[in-house]
Amino acid sequence: MRRRLPLALCFIAGIFTAVQYFIPHAAVQDFQEQLLGWLMTLLAFAFLLGTVSLIRLHWHKIRNRADDRGYSFVALAGLTTMIGLGLFHPAHHSPDSPFNVMFQNVQVPIEATMFSLLAFYVASAAFRAFRARTLEATLLLVAACVVMLGRVPLGELIHEQIPIATRWILEVPNLASKRGVMIGVGLGMMATSLKIILGIERAWMGGTD
Amino acid sequence: MFEDGARPSAAGFSMWAVVVVAMALAALFLCPALALAQEDLEVAEPETTAPVLLAPPRGLSIVDTRNDRGGSVTLTWELSPDEADGLVTGYEIHRSADPDTGFAFSGRVPAGSDTYRDSGLEDGAEYYHKVAATDGGIESFSEIVGPTVAFPQWFNRARINVLIAVIIFVLAIVYFVTSARSGKELFIRRLPGLDEVDNAVGRATEMGKPILYISGLSSISDVATIAAINILGEVAKKTAEYNTRLIVPCADPIVMAVEQEVVKEAYAEVGRPDSYNDDDVFYLTRSQFAYVAGVNGIMVRQRPATILYMGMFFAESLVLAETGASVGAIQIAGTDAVTQLPFFITSCDYTLIGEELYAASAYLSREPVLLGGLKGQDTVKFVVGVLLIIGFIVATLAATGAIPTDFMAPLYVTG
Repeated sequence: MRRRLPLALCFIAGIFTAVQYFIPHAAVQDFQEQLLGWLMTLLAFAFLLGTVSLIRLHWHKIRNRADDRGYSFVALAGLTTMIGLGLFHPAHHSPDSPFNVMFQNVQVPIEATMFSLLAFYVASAAFRAFRARTLEATLLLVAACVVMLGRVPLGELIHEQIPIATRWILEVPNLASKRGVMIGVGLGMMATSLKIILGIERAWMGGTD
Repeated sequence: MFEDGARPSAAGFSMWAVVVVAMALAALFLCPALALAQEDLEVAEPETTAPVLLAPPRGLSIVDTRNDRGGSVTLTWELSPDEADGLVTGYEIHRSADPDTGFAFSGRVPAGSDTYRDSGLEDGAEYYHKVAATDGGIESFSEIVGPTVAFPQWFNRARINVLIAVIIFVLAIVYFVTSARSGKELFIRRLPGLDEVDNAVGRATEMGKPILYISGLSSISDVATIAAINILGEVAKKTAEYNTRLIVPCADPIVMAVEQEVVKEAYAEVGRPDSYNDDDVFYLTRSQFAYVAGVNGIMVRQRPATILYMGMFFAESLVLAETGASVGAIQIAGTDAVTQLPFFITSCDYTLIGEELYAASAYLSREPVLLGGLKGQDTVKFVVGVLLIIGFIVATLAATGAIPTDFMAPLYVTG
């Protein structure tokens, strides 16, 4: 029963979702929208689950005096401060509320900093990828140089054919391989969905029995 | 001048002749000028206040909207001839339940539009419509057309081709799964990235370091995430066998709950339920770069021997993979995010490209039934490839004029 019930629910919900794609009737579409509404409700409760998990993890680290418990103090302090400011501060809806000030001046800049690190990682990854050790890597290097030059005015200045070659690389071999991957992905998605709906794939339940 | 019966003299006659000639010349030269002046005067005259009637749209026809949920009809008409002169600015659609009265504004479309979908109708009720060409002030109405009845459809005929493809796909999967169940040997090509999972787990065990498993930033409704969860189950069995710590930071609380169950079940399945630690499968944050910061922190502090990235990734992929490379971990990635694949290929030791992610669970478990599904998927992919080649040949021949461009028209599904 512990396994049959989730499998039965999965089968019913999966078949309904697949079938509703072909039925435009209001009765079916309205029910589908209702199902999506339930999903949103479920998500809201799930965040509570996540918060409990986060608090429990860091509490255990502090209680067990783990080496990196300092980070746990910071995480829990940040969490409780923001929850407190968001829930109990009288002007929490105001743009100048402490909650918004903290969010805009701490969270947003930190995230922007993390994002900006991407530029350095792109440089280091490119350095590693463009070492012409093999024929494939050399081709990649040449193609990348042509594409980069073709995307800036300097490329056209060097030779008028460079932007044309760039466009060709992007629109022919690049797009063809992308489409090849995407066709495979589409079929893979369908096959995986089907296997789960039909109960063939059960690893998501933690086992095959 | 001819008073008193006096005869006109020659001089007098000459004078009259000059006058007549002068008048004739004046008429000859001045009249066109006067006519032009008259035209100018007419142009200069203030515009008439009488309304200029627009030609109404003609040929109004109304049908129930096809393949819809009901409650709408579709109107089509021929454009007003005055559109060519730029007099028409749009068309207004009016609707009533009575052909004689009660017409109310229903909607407006700009000039050049010859169709309108009137929605919000009651299914089964009769409606009458008329369409007006308008210049913003004056409205010139078409004939009244109706009654039309809106009703919902139970099948979307425009998607019949999708249905046929799905049926073929399902049959292929079921056929190969049945074949696999009957014991037929199925060949599956090597996937080096997945072959390496065993070695990677062994390496972590030897080094006494944990394995970090990242299942992407997408939610449970993403098939890539489900594929990642399926792979996690297989990886967890191996880590449980080797008694190696498996850390799974999650970006979605529902994914976390499912992954906790999957890992717990996997540990129980290999007979090591006590090795499972709930705190190793935990929720980090939903925020993209806060998640990156958290995971990077774990990488730098815990220094995992192996890192697996499976699922859907976005801009964070390279930051994660480069940090993982910097701590010396063996990295195996698998994603269907085409834009992130180059980053993983660059930074990771092995990368599962696109559909290989979905094949991974079957590959790792080696269960015949799952391999059967994989074989069915490959067969359909082969069929799609053949269809693409046929389409390519047909399109090329049609473009060169070797065959008519519409010879496939009878096969088109128009709904």
